[in-house]
Amino acid sequence: MIVSFVLNGRAREVDVLPSETFLEVLRDRLGIFDVKEGCDEGVCGACTVLFDGRPASSCLVLAPAVRGRRITTVRGLARGAGLHPLQEAFVKHGAVQCGFCTPGMLLTALAFLERHPAATRAEIRTALEGNLCRCTGYAKIVDAVEAYARGDTNGG
Amino acid sequence: MHPFEYEAPATLHDALALLAEHRDEAKVLAGGQSLVPLLNYRLAKPRVVVDINDLPFAAIRVDDGHVSLGALVRHHHLEESADVASHCPVLKEAAALIGNVRVRALGTVGGSLAHADPAAELPLVMVALDARLDVRSARGQRTLAAREFFTGYLSTALAPDEVIVDVRVPVIGDAGHALEEFARRAGDFALVAALAVVSLDARGRVATARLGVGGVGPTPVRLPAAEDALVGHEPSDERLTRVAAVVADALDPQADAFASAAYRRHLARVLIRRALTRAVARALEVA
Repeated sequence: MIVSFVLNGRAREVDVLPSETFLEVLRDRLGIFDVKEGCDEGVCGACTVLFDGRPASSCLVLAPAVRGRRITTVRGLARGAGLHPLQEAFVKHGAVQCGFCTPGMLLTALAFLERHPAATRAEIRTALEGNLCRCTGYAKIVDAVEAYARGDTNGG
Repeated sequence: MHPFEYEAPATLHDALALLAEHRDEAKVLAGGQSLVPLLNYRLAKPRVVVDINDLPFAAIRVDDGHVSLGALVRHHHLEESADVASHCPVLKEAAALIGNVRVRALGTVGGSLAHADPAAELPLVMVALDARLDVRSARGQRTLAAREFFTGYLSTALAPDEVIVDVRVPVIGDAGHALEEFARRAGDFALVAALAVVSLDARGRVATARLGVGGVGPTPVRLPAAEDALVGHEPSDERLTRVAAVVADALDPQADAFASAAYRRHLARVLIRRALTRAVARALEVA
């Protein structure tokens, strides 16, 4: 079956099976490898995409269910040839170790800060509690998000 | 995932016809946050998935002493709705504790109730507050009280051809509320969850009480004996501690891989005590 949606600002039509997850469509059919597969049960956050602006586990969305939706993956954050300022903050604060959780952390943090621009450090920690970092680099991730939220220039 | 046919009916009539045709071989897809993990692990192998997301059941309405939740209301909608915050704020507190932010973005009220995890937040609230579920099939309509809807572990009174369309939750007025839970990791289902909704009379005595606990049996339970031990009394520290002991005595939790029966009973006593303290404090603020 054909499913139509908007991916990172561009209209897409993809031939899918109903029994595929959207994560499988992104990685296996479209080569969008910035979306990672972790647990396949919605717990780890590695496969996070923005689904009409809200974080969703792409492993828990059936392919046909994205019809008409606006999807953002981390590559949709880029500003021209450069990185998004939150990505710059992650680089500056050493918030990336293996990088597997990073796309989900970035998307979850941005969706949260859009609704809560004046968030405290404690609120940022709560907002990210559904995204697991197995390198356990949480402190620097929260540092980076907090610096970005504060509006520190040059990525904090 | 095993292959299946996929249907996305545009009307309730068409959805019910599909369920009547395929019965046990069909699964209803709402937010997918419980069903898709079961599909990914091949624990569910439906022949047909009936996606009901195009049906018009996503509204929250307040009428006649109730908050009416369409089955497709998402958890984040409960968190953000001004109507929920002012008429039944315990739903807002419960929704904020569900899973993680991604579950709350897509997961639905009807889906959580139909999945019927015994430690889930919304089933506990619905049982404690005596919510009523509007259930439809091609055969007709029926209304079920939450306590008769949940029949066992992951089990409900829904027939294979039935679907929840609406849930009516009584408004809690000036009552104070609190939901306390303990989970081993953020986002996990709670080991135990405890809910208290308490209103006070003009003299500061407890006028009404709704107490419930989840995670201590196959379904969430309301605790009338503990409510009786509270109503009519001043909510002193001693009284709340005694009520918490009545709660612990009334339960018969089972041990499993995650916790012993004694530990679950201990958690229930501690968590209902905390919930009572917060609920009473809130009721005093209103009074």
